[in-house]
Amino acid sequence: MIELKGVGKTFKVARRGKGTLAALQSLFHRQYDLVRALDSVSFRVDEGEIVGYIGPNGAGKSTSIKVMSGILVPDEGDCEIMGFAPWKQRREYVRQIGVVFGQRTQLWWDVPIIDSFELLRDIYSVPQPEYARNLELLTQTMDLSAFLRTPLRQLSLGQRMRAEIAASLLHSPKLLFLDEPTIGLDAPSKLAVRQFIRQINAETKLTVLLTTHDMNDIDALTDRILLIGKGKILYDGAFSQIKQRSGQSAVEEVIAELYREYAL
Amino acid sequence: MRSYLALFKMRFIAGLQYRAAAWAGIATQFFFGFLFLMIFRAFYRSSGMEPPMAWPQLASYVWLQQAFLAILMLWSQDNDLLLSVVNGDSAYELCRPYDLYAFWAFRLAATRLSAAALRFAPVLLVACLLPPEYRMALPPSLWAFALFLLSMALSLALVVALSMFVYILALVTLSSYGSRLAIGVTAELLMGAVVPIPLMPDWAQAIVNWFPFRYIMDLPFRLYSGHIAGAEAALQIGIQIAWVLGLAALGRLAFARTMRRIVIQGG
Repeated sequence: MIELKGVGKTFKVARRGKGTLAALQSLFHRQYDLVRALDSVSFRVDEGEIVGYIGPNGAGKSTSIKVMSGILVPDEGDCEIMGFAPWKQRREYVRQIGVVFGQRTQLWWDVPIIDSFELLRDIYSVPQPEYARNLELLTQTMDLSAFLRTPLRQLSLGQRMRAEIAASLLHSPKLLFLDEPTIGLDAPSKLAVRQFIRQINAETKLTVLLTTHDMNDIDALTDRILLIGKGKILYDGAFSQIKQRSGQSAVEEVIAELYREYAL
Repeated sequence: MRSYLALFKMRFIAGLQYRAAAWAGIATQFFFGFLFLMIFRAFYRSSGMEPPMAWPQLASYVWLQQAFLAILMLWSQDNDLLLSVVNGDSAYELCRPYDLYAFWAFRLAATRLSAAALRFAPVLLVACLLPPEYRMALPPSLWAFALFLLSMALSLALVVALSMFVYILALVTLSSYGSRLAIGVTAELLMGAVVPIPLMPDWAQAIVNWFPFRYIMDLPFRLYSGHIAGAEAALQIGIQIAWVLGLAALGRLAFARTMRRIVIQGG
């Protein structure tokens, strides 16, 4: 389904010293730091898998999601997803995937959710029967019916996130990227989101790649984790093994220990 | 194509959410319409010269300007779209199966049309019923009216093509304040929104001909009143079309170049 081979991406970040003098200098001469955001990242994901993508802030998680969703062009390496190179055959490719960026919104601010959904239906040319079926399923499992006709601006964060995830699945994608889908959610909303991901994965064999900082997400959803740090894949395997090895009982402790072990 | 129509419907629904803004807009437009006409009237009365535009032509010009402000003014831009560019929500749009330049252009056109649709009819209706000295005149012929409609449609395309540069710059600089201000002020002056171009001195008229802006407002409004007609009208509409095509091609090129280098910042 997904295959990355030696993908690398370097960003140029402007840098300047502190104080007025340095600020004035930077008007004429700017200095840059090169940040290696992705450093020969390789992994593969098979159809129907749920994979947890973890790592500290700034490790390269979002950057890899952006590469895999065709937004960012990597400097080197190969990335083949369902037979497409994401940034080359962008338009054909993105029809097959759904993306949720937990910190951004794809719904229209001042119109009811259902209108945003219908716009997405038309953008992806989803046939009406398929759209109706998907909407029905999503409305039930995500409990959307209470606020489908409410404008986005009046929704709570939990309601909004459920609507965002539903919006990404209206066109029946085969692959779903979730970038921090539970960020800022209360406990019931988190449970609802997890329950839903499990259910849709079981029912439709949807492949899911999710990034998160909440290790309970991982615990509840999958056993396979990819650990990324400083742009490199450090661990690819079973979460249960790491838990066993560490002997800690709380998942947060397990991860903190894992980060320490890899000096992240 | 269906997605573009759906987008249009969407913008229209979003525009309708703000009815109070539409009513306030109409009131403002009457205020400015009367203000401009009173100033011009004072000039027309005190000047001994034969005016370059007949009074009814000028009255129509002012009322059309107020009625179609939402379509023609470059200082007014789609704030939601600019915000999504700056805060990165536009990341989503990069993973949609559409041509982003065309989609944004369509969105801008829809925003302007939906804003204008709520405002133009009441302004024009009342302007036709005013006392004779302030009244909006009907076009001299059906032909003039048809040319006006054609040229207005092209004006919308021209405004959108020019506006796209504001969004392209926002993609690069993450701020639209400077480019909006610059293009807004320049366009307002050079399109004849402050002083109609026929009333400008000759040297200023020579300058405005070098820019695309006069084809936004000056051309369609003078076609309406028959101030531009015949072979001159055909030539001017030809130039208007050339500007639309040229600016759209340039915009597409700049957009494609920007997109290749774009980085959506933050996690």
